[in-house]
Amino acid sequence: MSGKLRIRVDQDKCQGHARCKSLAPELFELDTYGNAHEVGDGSVPEALTDKAWLAQSNCPEIAIEVIEE
Amino acid sequence: MSNHAPVTDWVHDFDHTDPRWTENPYAIWEELRAASPVVHTERFLGCYLPTTFEAVKQIAYDTEHFSSRRVVVRDVRPDVIPSPPITSDPPEHKPAKQLLLPLFTPDAVKKLEPKVRAICNELIDGFIEEGGCDVAARYSKHIPVRAIAHMLGIPEMDSDRFIKWIHEILELGIKDQSILMMAVQEMSIYFAGHIEHRKKHPTSDLISTLMNARDKDGQPLPDAHVQGSLRLLLIAGIDTTWSAIGSALWHLAKTPGDRERLIAEPELMPTAIEEFLRAFAPVTMAREVMKETEIGGCPIKPGNMVLLSFPAANRDPTVFPDADKVVIDRKQNPHAAFGLGIHRCVGSNLARMEMTVAIEEWLKRIPDFRLDPAGKVAWSEGTVRGPRQLPILFEKAR
Repeated sequence: MSGKLRIRVDQDKCQGHARCKSLAPELFELDTYGNAHEVGDGSVPEALTDKAWLAQSNCPEIAIEVIEE
Repeated sequence: MSNHAPVTDWVHDFDHTDPRWTENPYAIWEELRAASPVVHTERFLGCYLPTTFEAVKQIAYDTEHFSSRRVVVRDVRPDVIPSPPITSDPPEHKPAKQLLLPLFTPDAVKKLEPKVRAICNELIDGFIEEGGCDVAARYSKHIPVRAIAHMLGIPEMDSDRFIKWIHEILELGIKDQSILMMAVQEMSIYFAGHIEHRKKHPTSDLISTLMNARDKDGQPLPDAHVQGSLRLLLIAGIDTTWSAIGSALWHLAKTPGDRERLIAEPELMPTAIEEFLRAFAPVTMAREVMKETEIGGCPIKPGNMVLLSFPAANRDPTVFPDADKVVIDRKQNPHAAFGLGIHRCVGSNLARMEMTVAIEEWLKRIPDFRLDPAGKVAWSEGTVRGPRQLPILFEKAR
C-alpha cells in the first residue's frame, strides 16, 4: 500500500451515478451527460488516497479502477 | 378487475401485490433468496423474480435476452406504450437518453435547489401549528410533483391531476387495463395542448427543449417521442421521490438516535441519504424475456416478465453486511436504488437533491417528531414502494 495511486474510470461501465464525484470531487469530473472521468491523468495525491478507495467501493457499476504504481 | 388469491407458497407463487408484500416485503425476499437466486410465479402470465444482487445485475446488464419495452409487471400485457428512453432497448436507447441527460446533471439540478427549499418551507408552514400531520399527504407527496411541474413548464396547480394519473398507471393499472389506457390517453391530450401552445409561444422549459431537440440527422423528434419522454418524466419523477422522502422520514420518526445524530452531524447527510436510498429503495422495474437463457443456474424462458427488484438487491447480505439495518454512516454502499446498467435513472441527481433538501428543511423546522400511535402507516402497492399515509406528532412551533 506504499506506492502511488492512479485512478481510471472505465467509460464503457460508467452510467453516471455520480457517486464518485460526490465522494471525491477533487478526483473526478462529470461530462455534459453526467458521466464521470478522472481529473487530469488520474494521479491521486497522497492526502486523497482514502477518498479514491471510497469512490471505488461505492460505484454501483464497478467502473473505477484504482491502480497501485 | 381481478382480485388475486392470497399467496400460500411464496417461492413458487409470489405476488408483489399481495397485502403482506405491500406491508413488509423484506422477510419475504429473505425467504425467496434462501430458496433460489431466481424464483418464478405463474401469476401475471408468468414472471421471474431475481432475489440476489448478482442476479438482478446480470439481468439489468443483459439487453440481448431482456427487453425494456414493458417496464411494469401487470396482470395482462397491454400494447407497448413507448416512453423513451426507459422503454427503449439498444440501439435506440442511447440517443434518446442523451437528449435528457444534460438536463439532469448535478450542476443542472442544483439550479432548482432554492425552488425546492421554498416549496418545502411553504408546505411546513401549512401544518407546523397543528402539532402533527400526515407526512405523506401534506409534505412528501407535494415536493417532487411541484419540482417536476416547474421543470416541465406546466402549472404546479395541476399536481393533483398528475398524482391521479400516476396512481392509475402504476397501481390500479396493474390489475385493470382500461384504467391504465384511460390515464395514458388523458395525459396525451394534456401534453398535446401544451405542445401546441409552445409551437406559437416558445418557452425555455423542458417541453420546449424536447420539441427543439434534433436527432443525428438534424430532424426534430416525432410528436410521439416528445409525448413519450414527457410521460416518462412526469410519471417517473413523482411518486418515486415522494416514496423515498416519506420512507426516510418514517425511519427518522421511529429512530430518535439517527435523527439526533443527523442534526448534530449534518456532514453525515449525503451518506445517510444513500443509506435511505439503499434500505428503502422505492422502485422495482421490469423486463420482458425475449430469448431463452439462464441466470444463476435457473432456466429463463421467453414470454415471461421479470420483476427487477432493485430494492431486493439492496437487501442482499452478501453485498451489504447487516443489510436489514439502517446504518446512516455506512461507508461502502454501492446500492442499486437507481438501477444498474444503461437504464440508470435519468433523474437520480434530481431525486437526491430533492430528498436532501426535504430532510434538511424538515429537521431544521421539526427536529423532534414521532409516529402517531393512534394512526396507521399505509404503503403503496406494486411497482413503487413508499408510505402513502404517515401520521406523526411533533411539538407545535414555538
